Amino acid sequence: MTAAVALQGVSKAFGEVYAVRDLDLAIRDGEFFSLLGPSGCGKTTTLRMIAGFEFPTQGSLQIHGVELALQPPNERPVNTVFQSYALFPHMTVEENVGFGLRMKKVGGTEIAERVKKALDMVQLSHRATASPKQLSGGQQQRVALARALVNEPEVLLLDEPLGALDLKLRQAMQTELKDLQTRVGITFIYVTHDQGEALTMSDRIGVMHEGRLLQVGTPQEIYERPTSRFVAGFIGEINLLFATVVDHASVRLAGGRLVAAATGVAAGSEVTVALRPERLELYGLGEVVPATLNAVRGRVTRRVYFGDVFFYDVDTTDGVIEVKEENRPGVDLHEIGEEAVVAWDPVATTVVER
Amino acid sequence: MSGDAGSGHVAAPGGAAAPGGAAARPELEEAARRADSRRGLLIALPAWFYLTLFFVIPLGIVGVYSFATRSSTGRTVLSDWNFDSYRRLWDSLVVEIAVRTLLLALATTLICLVLAYPLAYFMATRRPAVRNLLLILVMIPFWSNFLVRTYAWKVLLGSDGPLSQLSQALGGEPIRLLFTNTAVIIGLVYGFLPFMVLPLYTALERMDWSLVEAARDLYADGWTAFRKVTWPLSIPGVVAGSILVFIPTLGAYVTPAILGGAKTTLAGDYIVSQFLAARNQPFGSALSMGMMLIMLAATIVYFRWFRPSGRDL
Repeated sequence: MTAAVALQGVSKAFGEVYAVRDLDLAIRDGEFFSLLGPSGCGKTTTLRMIAGFEFPTQGSLQIHGVELALQPPNERPVNTVFQSYALFPHMTVEENVGFGLRMKKVGGTEIAERVKKALDMVQLSHRATASPKQLSGGQQQRVALARALVNEPEVLLLDEPLGALDLKLRQAMQTELKDLQTRVGITFIYVTHDQGEALTMSDRIGVMHEGRLLQVGTPQEIYERPTSRFVAGFIGEINLLFATVVDHASVRLAGGRLVAAATGVAAGSEVTVALRPERLELYGLGEVVPATLNAVRGRVTRRVYFGDVFFYDVDTTDGVIEVKEENRPGVDLHEIGEEAVVAWDPVATTVVER
Repeated sequence: MSGDAGSGHVAAPGGAAAPGGAAARPELEEAARRADSRRGLLIALPAWFYLTLFFVIPLGIVGVYSFATRSSTGRTVLSDWNFDSYRRLWDSLVVEIAVRTLLLALATTLICLVLAYPLAYFMATRRPAVRNLLLILVMIPFWSNFLVRTYAWKVLLGSDGPLSQLSQALGGEPIRLLFTNTAVIIGLVYGFLPFMVLPLYTALERMDWSLVEAARDLYADGWTAFRKVTWPLSIPGVVAGSILVFIPTLGAYVTPAILGGAKTTLAGDYIVSQFLAARNQPFGSALSMGMMLIMLAATIVYFRWFRPSGRDL
């Protein structure tokens, strides 16, 4: 099966500066794909190249097997939901939604029907004759969605569409968007800097940094098996400890402690050990730590209460390690200044380049 | 939830944003609005004073004079009120001058619009530093006297001027533009072009270009995107610029006096001649009042026609 969108060796330079460099990416038909990265990582430029607002300096860009790298936006089977929504202020909601169909010279009655259906889909039929200015941010967002989806594009591009909404609404819209994508079955390419959004909504995520695509994988792969220090650090909270590879199954932490970890690089290599705080457990000195676990001893220097969880900072000879413990019966509370042992399953140890 | 690159720091689970603003209190808002408008009146007082002294009162005098009678010696007799001066406004000569003035103003406005829109568009789409430079360039002509610049055109357009010499050097006829309507239009366009450029630039500079991208994304080609989005959204600038050019052009005096000929008398010229040469203040006043009525009517029609709420034009 040909990919919905395939980029090969795509680079985009603005003068001397490369916004995107040598990007290879195949996005499957019908998938919810997120491009994730900090601002300036090239994710928006990538999206804009797919939309046709920017042309690649090099490389090939195909949509369903058709080379489109240099086609203008109006000749591509994709539609965009803009970060600022970009609703036409001089048109009503239904005129906005019908714009693309009018441009495609679809018949009047069909336009009316499809616009109505699209507005029904986003539950805004009752505001059809309103001006975009009269709508709330969330409603404008839904009009922008309807305006794009009514054209039945092969690919829908979304540029941080939830960025301007407040937290509660953003969470609600995340669910709504994901449901909508499942229902219409259109390929979604979603650009965001919010890792939470990317993890909860996506089928697959591509993490970008400084114009390069670092890793592509399912949310679980990205979160649990990051392949680089950047990806490990960017997604979620994580402890990054310096270490040296001893053999294929163990590394020595900076403080000298030997811990079990699958390495896959040559002995003597300098690496970073990445540990998720929620995968760590804190044992009191009196408790027995199972022998199969990696264990590092230290002193609790900080405890932060989050309601459902506690975060501890444990000062060890290998560095400060952050531990996340659930707030529930059976999980012991540890006091600041107390000696404790941080323990974890070797499987939960990810080794990435320094 | 902010994904901070770097070693694990505890991220606060974003505090719930307070939905909306404070609850609306209509009576408080009303009181605040009234206080605002009182303060506004106070601030505007100097302007009110100035306008009353130098605009409203003189206008009143002109209005009163327009109903007065001219004595045989050319003095204005402030008794014996009548409509004689207004009746003369329908003389064929006056109507001819009025129509010529209107057409000339219209042509000037249209030419200014056609020239200024691409320029303003170009300026508004440059980098901010370049934009400011271009803005200064547009305003540079204001640094020298308008009269001097108009006389410069007289030299340029004269039958022995550089344009004509160039034409002759290329084996053509000498150019005889001076003292024609064309010369007047050239002078007026030159003089008023910046007044069209500036409001257009302001309108286009504020344009949200993602709207144009949205139109392109929704299958509009470049020209259609301009027609459906850029143009309708720049209408306020078009209206402001056109009025700023049209109204002063209707009353233009200096340019037609210098570049125009006897056969191209315009309203401004004619009014001046009534006050100075013919010493007929009542008729001059009536002419002025008539012109103002035309300007007012034109402005109203224009605003109606180009209502900026503009639907999908």
